[in-house]
Amino acid sequence: MAEREQIRKPRRESTEEEVEETASASESGTELKAELDDLLDEIDEVLETNAEEFVRNYVQKGGE
Amino acid sequence: MAVHKILGIETEFGILHLNPAESNPVSASSLLINAYVNERRSNRIGWDFEDEQPGVDARGFDVYGGMAPAVESHLVNAVLTNGARYYVDHAHPEMSSPECFDAREAVVYDKAAEVILTTSMQEATRYLPPGEELVVHKNNSDGKGNSYGCHENYLVDRKVPFARLVTQIMPFFVSRQIFTGSGKVGTEAPDMDPSDVPFQVTQRADFFEEEVGLETTLKRPIVNTRDEPHANSALYRRLHVIVGDATQAEVATYLKLGTTALVLAMIDDDFLSDMPIFEHAVRAMRDVSYDLTMTRTHPMADGGSMSALDVQWAYFEAAAKYGEQAGFEAVGGDEVGRDVMRRWEEVLDALGRDPMELADRLEWVAKLRLLEGFRSRHGCDWDDPRMRALDLQYHDLRPGRNIHRRLGMERITTDAEVATAVTAPPPDTRAYFRGRCVEKYADRIVAANWDSMVFDVGEESLRRVPMLEPLRGTRAHVGTLLDECETAEDLLRALGE
Repeated sequence: MAEREQIRKPRRESTEEEVEETASASESGTELKAELDDLLDEIDEVLETNAEEFVRNYVQKGGE
Repeated sequence: MAVHKILGIETEFGILHLNPAESNPVSASSLLINAYVNERRSNRIGWDFEDEQPGVDARGFDVYGGMAPAVESHLVNAVLTNGARYYVDHAHPEMSSPECFDAREAVVYDKAAEVILTTSMQEATRYLPPGEELVVHKNNSDGKGNSYGCHENYLVDRKVPFARLVTQIMPFFVSRQIFTGSGKVGTEAPDMDPSDVPFQVTQRADFFEEEVGLETTLKRPIVNTRDEPHANSALYRRLHVIVGDATQAEVATYLKLGTTALVLAMIDDDFLSDMPIFEHAVRAMRDVSYDLTMTRTHPMADGGSMSALDVQWAYFEAAAKYGEQAGFEAVGGDEVGRDVMRRWEEVLDALGRDPMELADRLEWVAKLRLLEGFRSRHGCDWDDPRMRALDLQYHDLRPGRNIHRRLGMERITTDAEVATAVTAPPPDTRAYFRGRCVEKYADRIVAANWDSMVFDVGEESLRRVPMLEPLRGTRAHVGTLLDECETAEDLLRALGE
């Protein structure tokens, strides 16, 4: 199977680029975290109040 | 030269009737669709199931006018001005998109279907007693072992031996799950406990039991053999694909359609050779879905082992060569073909580094990130009912409840083009002829189906217009004709000349 391993894309980034990428990734990571917190606040407000009952009553017929 | 990959999506939606005195999913689905078609006179045209003889009973479908939707419970089957079919199938509302020219256009019509279902819910609820509500989910399972489908259809060359098609597409179907999945809490596989799989990549993987077969409702096969081309059967086959999840994430839907169309073009042209084959495709279907790390390897037919990602890279590399040699005409041209390749490569690269990078593009990743966030905030476990509730609500199409749209994921369509697609057909397939006829000559159309339209212009017999070639009947072919013909009589006369 060794020859199939070569199918994987070669990695192209240089070390220098990696450093920059890490810096921006960390920044956008913080942003993402803040967004996720806001989103979870929203979800706490709109999530079905009786989750257990909602899940229990969610029954569909098979289809297709 | 590969057959042009005309494509479309048919989606069965989950439906709930909240707080009803008495209801069942069939009547709820009928009410939902009737509410929509009743508001739009031009849509009151039935679907014609007869391939050869429409018969007068086809008129029997056209009974919506004058009947209150509250008592309307027979199976509804309507054709819309955008060329889509909207109907009740197995206790679910179902939308079959019009035939589309390329993957991007198909995503626009998939989003338009969400708008139509959302509008239907709002309009149907107005007919219900206070406190009752119809709720539609764009998902594929109720978490209790009941699944309903999101099927794709692609036009393929009849000349391709079906056995080769099966062999070459199956590893692709198993491995593409890593970007097509919409994610699911738990497992519904009969031999497993939900706690064995806290979260998996796809909604559907639990339900596949065979490699190849005709069934879609039980013993579901990875490659479905249904052979109804809805087109010239001497030239074409319609590959009916049942392994996909219904996704709201546009990039995920786009990649699912775009990459599959490309692989089928390569199969048409017999371009693939020596591709990897899973030793146990059915087993691998589930194992791929259960692996969130993208590193699990699966036994291959040649005795080696590969991950789903390795297999996808093999298809990607073949497609890159194919694009260089044959171009992308068969999948809609260079622009869409190169765009699909670029995004495919980006997604495979990111899946190999850290799938979480794709939280803005892939649905399963977005859902997983959300669930992990919820779990850590509330200190709950995967078996907490709120986790399942959040999973379900992700797919709830009610604007106030839907979770997906709050995530701000990357889009490839605009609101304006989706709004247009709610009522207007694609300009570049035969759906254009169907949609425009429905819009303009509704009172003379007895029935419509994928490959013909039946008119009643007061003559002794009904007049059927065949549409066996999916690339004919486009705006370029018949746009001017349809503009100029004021009546169906004019149109039929002109077509007869």
